[in-house]
Amino acid sequence: MSEISNQLESLSYKAQQIANEASQLASSVAETSGGHSDFIIFGITVLVLACFVGYYVVWSVTPALHSPLMGVTNAISSVIIVGALLAAGPVDSNISKYFGLVAVTLAAVNIFGGFVVTNRMLSMFKKKQ
Amino acid sequence: MSTLTTAAYLVSSVLFILSLRGLSHPSTARRGNFLGILGMAIAIVTTLSNPGVLSYKEIGIAFLIGGLIGTSIAVKIQMTALPQLVAAFHSLVGLAAVFVAASAYYNPSAFNIGTVGSIPMGSLIEMSIGTAIGAVTFTGSIIAFGKLQGFVSGNPLVFKGQHFINLLLGLGIIALIVKFCIDQNQELFWLIVFASFVIGVLLIVPIGGADMPVIVSMLNSYSGWAAAGIGFTLSNNLLIITGALVGSSGAILSYIMCKGMNRSFLNVLLGGFGGEQAASAGGVKDDRQAKQGNAADAAFMMKNSKTIIIVPGYGMAVAQAQHALREMGDLLKAAGAEVRYAIHPVAGRMPGHMNVLLAEANVPYDEVLELDEINRDFSETDVAFVIGANDVTNPAAKTDKTSAIYGMPILDVENAGQVFFVKRGMASGYAGVQNELFFRDNTLMLFGDAKKVCEDIIKGLEN
Repeated sequence: MSEISNQLESLSYKAQQIANEASQLASSVAETSGGHSDFIIFGITVLVLACFVGYYVVWSVTPALHSPLMGVTNAISSVIIVGALLAAGPVDSNISKYFGLVAVTLAAVNIFGGFVVTNRMLSMFKKKQ
Repeated sequence: MSTLTTAAYLVSSVLFILSLRGLSHPSTARRGNFLGILGMAIAIVTTLSNPGVLSYKEIGIAFLIGGLIGTSIAVKIQMTALPQLVAAFHSLVGLAAVFVAASAYYNPSAFNIGTVGSIPMGSLIEMSIGTAIGAVTFTGSIIAFGKLQGFVSGNPLVFKGQHFINLLLGLGIIALIVKFCIDQNQELFWLIVFASFVIGVLLIVPIGGADMPVIVSMLNSYSGWAAAGIGFTLSNNLLIITGALVGSSGAILSYIMCKGMNRSFLNVLLGGFGGEQAASAGGVKDDRQAKQGNAADAAFMMKNSKTIIIVPGYGMAVAQAQHALREMGDLLKAAGAEVRYAIHPVAGRMPGHMNVLLAEANVPYDEVLELDEINRDFSETDVAFVIGANDVTNPAAKTDKTSAIYGMPILDVENAGQVFFVKRGMASGYAGVQNELFFRDNTLMLFGDAKKVCEDIIKGLEN
């Protein structure tokens, strides 16, 4: 009787070990993909659809306004500032934060510069009186 | 990411799309620009409200410095210098992308992509691709800026084995990216950045000054793809959507420019077109004499014409002649002539550059027409006044199969009753091809600086 209970005990111990290993493996798998593989497919879907939107919207831009179009697209491509802000966000100072702050400055030059120069261009386009 | 944040980013994306949509007509364009600003403001405020973003003071200072620099440059810049300004701005987007990726590499937890040394494979791939595109955009744009500004010679720089070196470097970058994704090694990251910097320079140096419209558009496209790449790293749809919009916009503009020159994109990229080499190769001695006129003749003839079409080119921008030109146009209109402007797709150094310069000189936009809108009208026009343009009017593009510009769509100024050519000298244009038009019976050359010639004609008209 005691033999059986001993065997059971060791078996349950082994089972626990295996379960532990399995959970470790699962978590390491989750770490490498980071729940990320789902986003890649989702992101590519968004990217492809946005390319189509861009294609139709840009072809409808009148050739006379191609320079302002470059100005606006230049300004909005600085939306990369979203990443720069997240990088510069943490309180503790380290190299990563400084990179973020430099990126914030560069993107800000572009955002203001791009929108202001586009506005200047567009304000000059007038109809015949 | 909370639902509210995601929703706010979606609103910004839609505003950006509407912003580009607004540019379909000059009357709605300013509202479009405003929507773009609104979208950007929403994106920034939303990100600032992220619980991970705490250092408001430093961010505020950085943002203010950047904003002040950007605004002061944009307010002061001359409209003739727009192409180099845009190129310089593209370089900043590229560099910002490199810095964001570097930051994500050193502190991945701020972006929710694991910890240092154990960043998931997917994020590494996206990060390194975003970095490489950003770095190419950075140095490529700097060279384009230098060529447009005149710091770097506008002549194509070609050397033996150039394309082979580029190919090797390209493959090298891919190999580095693969190795980086496995090792997550710090040195490899910076090697990718460095190699991409080098290839950015090498890709642009062989391309001549007048091909810059294509290159500026292409770099515009790259800056978009760099933003989209960072969007994947951050799992952020706003960046992906915006990147795709900008990327496709730049690609379409490059396509339009290439079509305007009847050259393939690859042909432009491989470079070596135009500049001194082409000019000497195509510069066959020509003994024919072009008829030369003076400003007084031109003033007299134009005063007595009913319809006039003005064809401006890059030479007008260089001479800053747009204001004098508009004044001349006003006087001719007052004398009872119909004055219109014809713009070739590749006139100037960036898409739509001539339209902006004419708008700056207060020329109403409904008098400025595109090639396919106005081309058939030349045959019913008394005077075609070509100022600072050359290759885009050369009939050899239609007749001479051996010509470097064969097949390029041209403005049919030859069909007008009388053609005036304002030029500094008899030199051939960018493509190095002699213009047949100079020797036609109905052509009169007006030699001199574009602005000076316009002012002289104005004097003639006033007398």
